[in-house]
Amino acid sequence: MSPEFLYFIETVINGLMSGVMYSLVALGFVLIFKASGIFNFAQGVMALFAALTLVGLQTGQVPFAHLINAIFGTEIHHFGWELPAAVAIAGTLVVMVAFAWIFEKLVLKHLVNQEPIILFMATIGLAYFLEGFGDLMWGSDVKTLNVGIPSGGSFWWEDVTKTWAAEGSDYFGMYIDVLDVYAAVIAVILVIALTAFSQYTRTGRALRAVADDHQAAQSVGISLRSIWVIVWSIAGFVALVAGIMWGSKSGVQFSLSLIALKALPVLILGGFTSIPGAIIGGLIIGVGEKLAELYIGPLVGGAIENWFAYVVALVFLLFRPQGLFGEKIIERV
Amino acid sequence: MADAAKALDTAETLLQVNNIEVIYNHVILVLKGVSLSVPKGGITALLGANGAGKTTTLKAISNLLHGERGEVTKGSIVFNNETVHNLSPNDLVRRGCIQVMEGRHCFGHLTIEENLLTGAFTRRDGNASVKRDLDMVYDYFPRLRERRNSQAGYTSGGEQQMCAIGRALMSRPSMILLDEPSMGLAPQLVEEIFEIVKKLNEEEGVSFLLAEQNTNIALRYAKYGYILESGRIVLDGEASALRENADVKEFYLGVGGEGRRSFREVKHYKRRKRWLA
Repeated sequence: MSPEFLYFIETVINGLMSGVMYSLVALGFVLIFKASGIFNFAQGVMALFAALTLVGLQTGQVPFAHLINAIFGTEIHHFGWELPAAVAIAGTLVVMVAFAWIFEKLVLKHLVNQEPIILFMATIGLAYFLEGFGDLMWGSDVKTLNVGIPSGGSFWWEDVTKTWAAEGSDYFGMYIDVLDVYAAVIAVILVIALTAFSQYTRTGRALRAVADDHQAAQSVGISLRSIWVIVWSIAGFVALVAGIMWGSKSGVQFSLSLIALKALPVLILGGFTSIPGAIIGGLIIGVGEKLAELYIGPLVGGAIENWFAYVVALVFLLFRPQGLFGEKIIERV
Repeated sequence: MADAAKALDTAETLLQVNNIEVIYNHVILVLKGVSLSVPKGGITALLGANGAGKTTTLKAISNLLHGERGEVTKGSIVFNNETVHNLSPNDLVRRGCIQVMEGRHCFGHLTIEENLLTGAFTRRDGNASVKRDLDMVYDYFPRLRERRNSQAGYTSGGEQQMCAIGRALMSRPSMILLDEPSMGLAPQLVEEIFEIVKKLNEEEGVSFLLAEQNTNIALRYAKYGYILESGRIVLDGEASALRENADVKEFYLGVGGEGRRSFREVKHYKRRKRWLA
């Protein structure tokens, strides 16, 4: 094979991998949207908050340390212990579920049967609150997250691909980040589990019923409040997974919450209501932007990667507003 | 009518609404003291024009008012000898009282079968008996069996109404609050739906409180009727007696007796009658 072709394959594979990372974030949106008709603006911030909490628990940070120190004049920062990754992840999960419960109690409970746009605004408020709260609780410095997922290039893959190149050509193998491979496997497992849950369990069915019609769901005896706690807990869980993967890749800091912006075109492409759509959409966007950068980029001066996804999303909005796999907008006359 | 009232007294009361007042948004008074009762195993009709308060009455009973910023400010609602107006809707469904909302409200993206299964959400008696009831619902509504795998949003209005009633049946209710089953349906279908209601009442022992604008058909199937006008019960009685009542004929059945009166006269007459009532 010629080096050009191998380079093309490498770009595609890396595109697929980064697409999986987008999909992980998009999944959280889809879940909440499917189950409650809310577009959760706070999903990215939730991922950030989950990652912050995870790092905090793992390294034994004292929550609200700055606040405590400022008020009492103390100098505490760490408890002095470190938790194993598994324990810290479990602890973070508990925090996310508690958070879902509190959010339902304080906010959602009062918004039953309101327009989706009002619920959407509530999630904007939540995003800003959580952003500040996360900072206050764990500090705003950049942290590294390491839960033991290996990262860095795979030498094995490099060696294997080196032999594919034509004899005597100047080719040194493909680069693939092992972390991305793990992310892909986790995403696949997550999707299968979530799809099975929403299609074949009684609670999953109730979630979809609530998404279709709040009031009718109430009228058949589905308790909106417990459903919402469940939905937000699951979204918190997915945010945690996205937070772990993105945090391991690029560190835990404020900009982690901006990954939500990359999830938007993925959602528009895949459809807001489809879990497989979030995955396929992510893959298309991931590959698309890498290939565009490689082949179209040089023609227009580069940096296509940053806006290519949004252009694709725009085209989709014009011609197929429900996305590739979204539920058809059913309109009867 | 006195005899009828006596007969009703002897039948066991399943639902008793005592003088309830409902206010929306803290200011809009919609029900101004509504009382009614439904005997066990009865079909009772709640009649009246648009905006009379039929739907509000049903939602007050099923506790769905809260989501629409309405609340019951006075009076009490007793279902099966238990005060229920402070319960949540799912608690009430668990106790056997379920509402079929006006305009069907099927879950459009769920299949017909999934829709029916959501009706069994509150049940804890195992999959086998839910499956049995699913078959029972399909026996009552054979058309639903044919469409079991189509999304409810794509089915016809009649099928959706059947789906909504079937879904309610899946909760094994002792009482169904049925809101405007005839809405937007062809007369033939309306007849079909009412026949099934009657059958369910006779065979499954389900009691019905039926809000309807279609006075004619409602009074043919109900045993007892209440007529609601701007938030008050203005008339009640045995269905057969109501059918013969001159005012009901004039205002609701459209078969006025003595010659044609002008609309103005009717309005005047009606207003006078209301003061007297």
